[in-house]
Amino acid sequence: MLLFLFRRLIQGLAVMFVISLISFSIQDNLGDPLREMVGQSVSEAERQALRQEMGLNDPFLVQYGRFMSRAVRGDLGTSYFFKEPALQVIMAKLPATLELVFGATLLIVLISVPSGVYCAIRPNSWLTRFILGISILGISIPVFLTAIFCIFLFSIELGWLPSYGRGELVSVFGLWDSGYLTKDGILHLVLPCFALASIMLPLFIRLIRSEMVEALHTEYVKFAKAKGLRKARVYFVHALKNTMLPVLTVGGVQIGTMVAYTILTESVFQWPGMGFLFLEAVHRVDTPLIVAYLIVVGGIFVIVNTLVDILYGLINPTVNLARPAQ
Amino acid sequence: MKKILKSMAGIVLATTLAAGAQAATLKVAYDSDPVSLDPHEQLSGGTLQMSHLLFDPLVRWDKDMNFEPRLATKWERKDDLTMRFYLREGVKFHSGNDFTAKDVKWTFDRLKDSPDYRAIFEPFAALKVIDDHTIDLVTRKPFPLVLNNATYIFPMDSAFYTGEDDKGQPKDRLVKHADTFASRNASGTGPYIVERRQQGVRTDYKRFADYWDKQSPGNVQTITLTPIKEGPTRVAALLAGDVDFIFPVPPNDHDRINRSSRSELVTLPGTRLITLQLNQERVEAFKDKRVRQAINYAINNEGIVERIMRGFATAAGQQGPEGYVGYVEDLKPQYDLEKARQLMKEAGYEEGFSITMLAPNNRYINDARIAQAAASMLARINIRVDLKTIPKAQYWPEFDLRSADIMMIGWHSDTEDSANFTEYLTACTDEATGWGQYNSGNYCNKVVDDMVRSANQETDLSKRAAVLQDVERTLYEEAAYVPLHWQNLAWGAGKGVQAESVVNVMNFPYLGDLVVTQ
Repeated sequence: MLLFLFRRLIQGLAVMFVISLISFSIQDNLGDPLREMVGQSVSEAERQALRQEMGLNDPFLVQYGRFMSRAVRGDLGTSYFFKEPALQVIMAKLPATLELVFGATLLIVLISVPSGVYCAIRPNSWLTRFILGISILGISIPVFLTAIFCIFLFSIELGWLPSYGRGELVSVFGLWDSGYLTKDGILHLVLPCFALASIMLPLFIRLIRSEMVEALHTEYVKFAKAKGLRKARVYFVHALKNTMLPVLTVGGVQIGTMVAYTILTESVFQWPGMGFLFLEAVHRVDTPLIVAYLIVVGGIFVIVNTLVDILYGLINPTVNLARPAQ
Repeated sequence: MKKILKSMAGIVLATTLAAGAQAATLKVAYDSDPVSLDPHEQLSGGTLQMSHLLFDPLVRWDKDMNFEPRLATKWERKDDLTMRFYLREGVKFHSGNDFTAKDVKWTFDRLKDSPDYRAIFEPFAALKVIDDHTIDLVTRKPFPLVLNNATYIFPMDSAFYTGEDDKGQPKDRLVKHADTFASRNASGTGPYIVERRQQGVRTDYKRFADYWDKQSPGNVQTITLTPIKEGPTRVAALLAGDVDFIFPVPPNDHDRINRSSRSELVTLPGTRLITLQLNQERVEAFKDKRVRQAINYAINNEGIVERIMRGFATAAGQQGPEGYVGYVEDLKPQYDLEKARQLMKEAGYEEGFSITMLAPNNRYINDARIAQAAASMLARINIRVDLKTIPKAQYWPEFDLRSADIMMIGWHSDTEDSANFTEYLTACTDEATGWGQYNSGNYCNKVVDDMVRSANQETDLSKRAAVLQDVERTLYEEAAYVPLHWQNLAWGAGKGVQAESVVNVMNFPYLGDLVVTQ
């Protein structure tokens, strides 16, 4: 186990090094940061002087070397727009994104497991057809359209839910501003979480359904039924447990997709999280922030995948993590 | 008994209503946030909007583009070079300090150090303090735009910004993208003070209790300003009643806002000109005046305004919009396809030619679609256009390189004056003076340049107007560039927000004077 974690750590560092190199080398193609910082009528000479002052005229290797020597000390540069260390800016937005992802995950689990199981057990009922029909629709509608439609229906027409932002927040131990502790905060969470969940919900319903159908045809389930165990126990303990392995694997992979979709969801709902921050940073050519974001997201990927592998081992002890794949 | 209860209820009701009218809260959503609380860090719309809340200028524009006294109560021209300003007495800064001439002098000196404002204040030699409430602005040469530029002087509290902050840096430090004292703290004389600010997320303003302007009808006590970048989200927030005042409103959403019982649309003709420039150095054919004219005749400005801008723009035949000194009534947009073909034939290009065109896709309203429309219009006179549209962040470096045959550029005059358009867009490129910095067409006409130069030293404003009108006419006849339209401005306001009286073409709503009823 320790060996596995150690190997993962090395891999993670390598991944982040590559990300830093790539993001650093594309930054020149993102545009001129000076243009976003100065007024239109500022002369070219004036801009050149500022560029020189900021070290933007240095050769690539000099700039990258400067970046790396600071990065190893945990300093990923200073955001042009926020005027604060980029890492600090991102970390300040992390709670908002995590709460959004958490809410969406919760919705996915709460909806996809029962409906997937139901669809497997009652393949011919009208409800099954309805769920599967809706899920096709869900797959084919882009997340920002779902989001805009939700805003239109629930905020503008019905007036039930707020249309943007995080609402009232409560500070937990001064470390984390949470929206889960006030009614206003929770109301603000509903639409963005739903919009974000909508993209993955159909996938999980279908996956759980098909895995479950397969499990229901296995001998041990038939045997458990024959033994006279209660149906609920057969479905939810015996069968479901075995469907969860592939679901977990897919889930781990989907985390990446989720990060990408937070960018869309957050920008439609003006959600002050990391994804929105990133999009704004691209518009403003805030290169230090862009590079830092990519590195942080790379780190999140590595951590999540490690956690998924560990969980995998816990659910199915026959998987040996430390042994290289054959 | 019943009667007493009834009348008591009436009194309670009346007082709550009155209180409601007196102390209003306003939730504002703009598309961007000022980068800093330092009014001199960046010359941008966001900064100027903020400056009008936290600070006060010496003079400001009113709705009819006249000058309205603010911290300067009156002014007079002493001689060709000197304009004297009399400052308002009894004005307090947010810190409690008194506002005097030395604050104006201090601010002026700081402006001359600011990379963004330096160019605007270049014509000024000095600001002389005569006494505590009188100053002289002295220019190097006779200069007609003293008052225009005085709208940029928002006096800062010199005592407040003097000394060192807790990091040991001078409080008046002015640096781009750096965490300075002035970028996080402000003391001006303006109607509002900043209570709380989360950059890029939200700013809370509270009305300044000692604000000097007691005549102002403004009754908004607190303002929360949220930048909402996405147009549809901004509009939804207004329609859902989550915010009370938004800018800008995308043309496609105008009807929805007007139809809603919760909101109304306020529009004004704007002053930002959108143009195409024809690069004469890259394309031999563009050196021929007939070809340039043909292009002007082939592009249907009115059609673009009607179809793509949904009527929400004013088709342009010249640089400065109506109301500017150089505006000439009879310079109308030209559209005549037959004439265009005729001119192409005369110039020997009946068969046409192929060119490249570059436009941004997220800078001006509908920019990419406008470029596409223009390209297809040119196809009708056999000019085959290879069009590329890219995000503004990547566009500007390309624009500086003048890397395509036709490029799009929009311009708003910082001085609200016609000459500014020529200086940046159509003058001969001169790196030393910065003239023609945005002239990607490389059009160059020394006569026009000289006319503008003389206009810039002409303090007789009617003579000056005549010269600038000549400039517009010459550029029109020469088909120096392709004017498309001036973008209009649209704000969305919740019911009860009397936005009409505080918005203006420069787009810095005077929220201090805003009245909200209900």
